[in-house]
Amino acid sequence: MSGSVIPPSVRRIAILGAGHVGPVIARMLFDAGFEVMIAASGSPETLELITQVVTPGVQARWAADAVAAADTVVLAIPLHRFPALDPGPLAGKLVVDAMNYWAPADGVVPMFQGQQLSSSEIVQRRLSQSTIIKSLNQIAYQDLEDGRRPAGAPDRHAIGVAGDDPEAASVVGGIVDRVGYDPVLLDSLSAGRVLQPGGPVFGAVLTRSEFERAIHTTAVKT
Amino acid sequence: MTTSTTKTPREAPGTSTRFPLVLGLDTFGDHEHDAEDRPLSHAQTIRNVVEEGVLAEQVGVDFFGIGEHHTDDFPMPAADVVLAAIAARTKRIHIGSAVTVLSSDDPVRVFQRFSTLNAISSGRAEVILGRGSSIDSFPLFGYDLADYEDLFEEKVNLFAELLKGGPVTWQGSLRPSLKNQDVVPYTEGGPFPAWIGVGGSPQSVVRAAHYGFSLMLAIIGGSPARFRPFSQLFLQALERFGREPLPVGVHSPGHVADTDEKALEEFWPRWLQIITKMSKVRGFAIPTIESFRFEVGPKGALFVGSPDTVAQKVAANLKTLGANRFDLKFGMPGLSPSSLVRNIELYGTKVIPRVRELLAESTAAELSNRLHHDLT
Repeated sequence: MSGSVIPPSVRRIAILGAGHVGPVIARMLFDAGFEVMIAASGSPETLELITQVVTPGVQARWAADAVAAADTVVLAIPLHRFPALDPGPLAGKLVVDAMNYWAPADGVVPMFQGQQLSSSEIVQRRLSQSTIIKSLNQIAYQDLEDGRRPAGAPDRHAIGVAGDDPEAASVVGGIVDRVGYDPVLLDSLSAGRVLQPGGPVFGAVLTRSEFERAIHTTAVKT
Repeated sequence: MTTSTTKTPREAPGTSTRFPLVLGLDTFGDHEHDAEDRPLSHAQTIRNVVEEGVLAEQVGVDFFGIGEHHTDDFPMPAADVVLAAIAARTKRIHIGSAVTVLSSDDPVRVFQRFSTLNAISSGRAEVILGRGSSIDSFPLFGYDLADYEDLFEEKVNLFAELLKGGPVTWQGSLRPSLKNQDVVPYTEGGPFPAWIGVGGSPQSVVRAAHYGFSLMLAIIGGSPARFRPFSQLFLQALERFGREPLPVGVHSPGHVADTDEKALEEFWPRWLQIITKMSKVRGFAIPTIESFRFEVGPKGALFVGSPDTVAQKVAANLKTLGANRFDLKFGMPGLSPSSLVRNIELYGTKVIPRVRELLAESTAAELSNRLHHDLT
């Protein structure tokens, strides 16, 4: 299966979170040809003001409506809001976890503190009826858009994609590829630890080979 | 030519033509080292910052801002006290915070300190409020970083009430309520200018517009052009909330020296050192010489170079962003007083006049194009 093949089931993507990261991811996915909805904690009215100027083409929705209409959901909310997120509506969805746990900067979130598990494994435990893939979390939001390159460009950068479900990981790899990055697949959420804050590729803009060298691993062949 | 037509030129888009151009300097009280690279005392660094503020006025800088920090690299927790010392020795320059970490402070005290500073300086005080991307004040004052957003939202709300003047009645959940409370000193000429510093969240832009604060875009990495939608969003949000247009400013780090080479040579090791240190706490990537070259280039966020290099970049970014103010955050922990003094002199005597010249040229060219277009 090629990394760039996205099954037709992925058409409508909902972004939860309209802070620093959410609008950037929304814009990139819209540019890549997806139908994109975005939701914040409140009503879509104020958000519409933002989407019209900052993410034209992206639809502002109530979170529940966006999730219901989407086949894929990107979590871009502050991690300390995650424990309050209702898992129910996300059941059966492919969920991309773009959140990070970094207590020195964002405060301690008890659900994530002192755990042996990677943060996305904890997300998966709570959203047990969803399929979690960790991705789009490791490049700083201010570098994400400028870092995009067409497929095959010699200076194309890499984004890690970690998941327990190889098929779902490959789908997200395809999305990452279409957005403008080389997906580097990691074969479990546990292995996705290398994408976390403090890990070898966090915050860095690297080519695939630099990325792979940094994590001392070879990407799962796609 | 401008008077030879009966047509009134249309107002240019963005805010740059509506408000006077303001070119300022900001410091975080970066811990200074002597010529042999030995750290000066915190006290000496603070005394030097006072001198730097006085020098800034002498060389024609419009604004001098001091950002609150609480670390050995930036020993500057009481910026308003230092600003008061500068106010007492200057006549013209505007002085203010850059930023005040409102989330971990008390809005009533911040208002009182800055209205006092406004009194001392005869109306030259400004305040730039931030959530604080530097988070060292949270453990110091017993705040939980997880409340970062809520604290700021609530305290900005109260600060907006305080700025209106008159007795304040206010209720919140994170700070005791106020009932018909008189807050002194009263300001003489209406509220002093208040800004909100915004990193990269469009929701923060809308919040600034909602409360009627001016917008200060803090651009410290990546392409400044990506902030262009934010100044448009700010104007549209002000309109939506029934407010008049307000100024938009840009704050970015940099360093000016006599030549590009000298500026890069002085700045790079200090930048590498501090970002490497901060990366452990903040999750930044450690800069490489390549990433640094990008940031100091025309598309990056660092304003490092000769006066002309920096002026060109400032003018280009003000135009792109529709902003009318640029504050260069000068200094870096470890730089020497003499290099900072040279930076301030060059910024005041070379960069500022050159930016004004470049923007006047481009405004004249746009005006002439527009008139030509209108007449044909």
